[in-house]
Amino acid sequence: MHDHENVREDERPEIIAHNTRLGLMLFAVYCVMYGGFMGLSTFAPEVMKSRPFGGVNLAILYGFGLIVGAMLLAVVYLFLAKQADSADTKAG
Amino acid sequence: MNYTSSNLSLAIFLIFVGLVVGISFYLGAKAKSAKGFFAAGGGVPWWVNGLAFAGDYLSAASFLGICGMIAFAGYDGFLYSIGYLAGWIVALFVIAEPMKRLGRFTFADALDNKFNSRGIKLSAAISTLVVSIFYLIPQMVGAGALIKPLLGWDHWMGVSAVGSVVIVIVATAGMVSTTWVQFIKGGLLVALCTLMTVMILNRGFDTTPGDEKTHRFQVLPVEQVLKADGITVLLEDGAWKDKPFVRVTTSDGTLQVWRKAGLDAAGVELLSETQTVAKSADGVVFKNGKPASKDNDLHPIGTVSKLPDGKEETGALGPFEFFRVFQESEIVLWKNTVIDGTTVYYQVPTKGADLLTAGGTPTLSGLRTGDWTTRIDFLSLMLALFLGTASLPHILIRYYTVKDQASARKSTIMGIAAIGFFYVLTLYLGLGAMTSGGLDPTNSNMAAPLLARSFNELLFAVISAVAFTTVLGTVSGLIMAASGAVAHDLVTNVFKMDLGEERQVKVAKLAAVVVGIIAILLGIAFEQMNVNFLVGWAFNIAASANLPSLVMLLFWKRTTKQGITVAIITGMVVSLGWILLSAQAYKDVYGLDPATAIVPFSQPAIITVPLGFLVLVVVSLMTRKPTAAPE
Repeated sequence: MHDHENVREDERPEIIAHNTRLGLMLFAVYCVMYGGFMGLSTFAPEVMKSRPFGGVNLAILYGFGLIVGAMLLAVVYLFLAKQADSADTKAG
Repeated sequence: MNYTSSNLSLAIFLIFVGLVVGISFYLGAKAKSAKGFFAAGGGVPWWVNGLAFAGDYLSAASFLGICGMIAFAGYDGFLYSIGYLAGWIVALFVIAEPMKRLGRFTFADALDNKFNSRGIKLSAAISTLVVSIFYLIPQMVGAGALIKPLLGWDHWMGVSAVGSVVIVIVATAGMVSTTWVQFIKGGLLVALCTLMTVMILNRGFDTTPGDEKTHRFQVLPVEQVLKADGITVLLEDGAWKDKPFVRVTTSDGTLQVWRKAGLDAAGVELLSETQTVAKSADGVVFKNGKPASKDNDLHPIGTVSKLPDGKEETGALGPFEFFRVFQESEIVLWKNTVIDGTTVYYQVPTKGADLLTAGGTPTLSGLRTGDWTTRIDFLSLMLALFLGTASLPHILIRYYTVKDQASARKSTIMGIAAIGFFYVLTLYLGLGAMTSGGLDPTNSNMAAPLLARSFNELLFAVISAVAFTTVLGTVSGLIMAASGAVAHDLVTNVFKMDLGEERQVKVAKLAAVVVGIIAILLGIAFEQMNVNFLVGWAFNIAASANLPSLVMLLFWKRTTKQGITVAIITGMVVSLGWILLSAQAYKDVYGLDPATAIVPFSQPAIITVPLGFLVLVVVSLMTRKPTAAPE
């Protein structure tokens, strides 16, 4: 048992490339959302006090949005990512 | 605050411990091979692994620390919930599948996949040990905080008990038992927190929580306090001079401290009741002016003082209505200050709306005034939480317990769903605890169990026992990661000792015992710190040491083994050094004046993560072989 015997699973390079591209794209979307939250909390905290929907302030809505948004993006990834045992397109 | 341990608590606690230890011994036979011990045989179903991710990740910091932070200061604690969950996006979209594809048992396996370098294995193993031990401290502190009220044991006994149980779990069946303990814990934690949230919403807010025995803190006109029978007003001299407090003694000699609370609507000067803890020269502890005893302890705190439209209670509230009402209410927070050896806990009526945006804690209050140091600290913390999750060794090793990349992906998504749902609940739990009337003013880590107690003793016993398994699950994962780093990375791969599978597993078990003992000692030493804050530091170190190498290995083909090795060491040493020289460490660890701290802010990730990337790029360019063909 040696370290260079690490298991390499049988996945086609095009599947890896597709999933990597998809992952990075969704990651970029989330970075924009997360960056917006950090920016507003840091440089415009008074905006976070505003109550844009349902009488609840933006800080709570944005925070919940980041959590729920992460869940939704994860589900999107699940349906769009390819896997080795599927035909050519989607799996999950 | 007095906690009375009950037979019910003890029985539920023993059932939980018996269950997890029983599972460990039952599964012990499945963990005799290296793959069985380090990766649970690599065949854990994705949905079990997903919930085990939640059990692994939702640590004492998440349950006890975040709820406590929200209960004592509001929204700032929820920032951790947001950051901890956001970190899973990095794990899912960037790290999960390559980790599974490239690695075998440990984080070092994946990093070293292309290079077969002892330098990488050594640095990655050391980084794993440092991050795991840093992360272990708050878990053990949380364990001690829990056991004290549950069983009435001292902090050190609680920490030792947790450490011992975890050592048994890991040493008997490694990743197999760790996985199942985390699965059970993850499921129970999410289910019970959902139940508590429903109970919070159903109860709504009440300006007089508790029952007829509950102490009601008073705000009275000055005249009424000072002119009462038998009251003697003490001089405001020495350390008490120019402080906003008035000291009086009652006819039986009890010392009371009142806080000057401004004027009421009619212009009458008010005093508000405080609570005090002091120690006499001969070592006797006094609480609220009398010797501490089972019958004389601090009163529980946490109330809504004013509800909208002058109501006294709201009845059941909807999920959004809960926040709307809270925003329009006034909450009594409690702060404390130490004067001449006496800790004074005092009431601070606060608008609900001010507790629902960032800046409620002293460390982040500068966000509301535009203070640049606070801004950088905040951005750095959020960056560390975002990037740290995907760099935590005990999370990374869980990718090796499933059979392939698709299972790694699906289990991560299952984990995100469970963890995300839990983090949404933390805001309800924290604010529910803040207004429950049951908080201990001296211990923010106990907010969630005490919230349960404000409903009934059975829920308190069950939640405390679940919180205890919360600690067990996470500590097991951390000790597992550390044990793998020692036995698989250091002994087998760095020192090239060909142990054979059976002896490698034995070494791993021995390593688990040693790391467990270290964790116990550190848990006793760091008793007083908020567990969530300590975890924030662990994220900083993980993000600084591990993330640059992981990312660059995947996305930059010029990365060299020297670049990875130097980046890991640099990120780890600089972030650790920064933390140890920060104002927060000066104040909470060394007891020194934070103003004399050497580094300008406490959260280093904003500097040390980019530094890790920079070092990796520079060293890789310097050490790249000119003839190397592109891969």
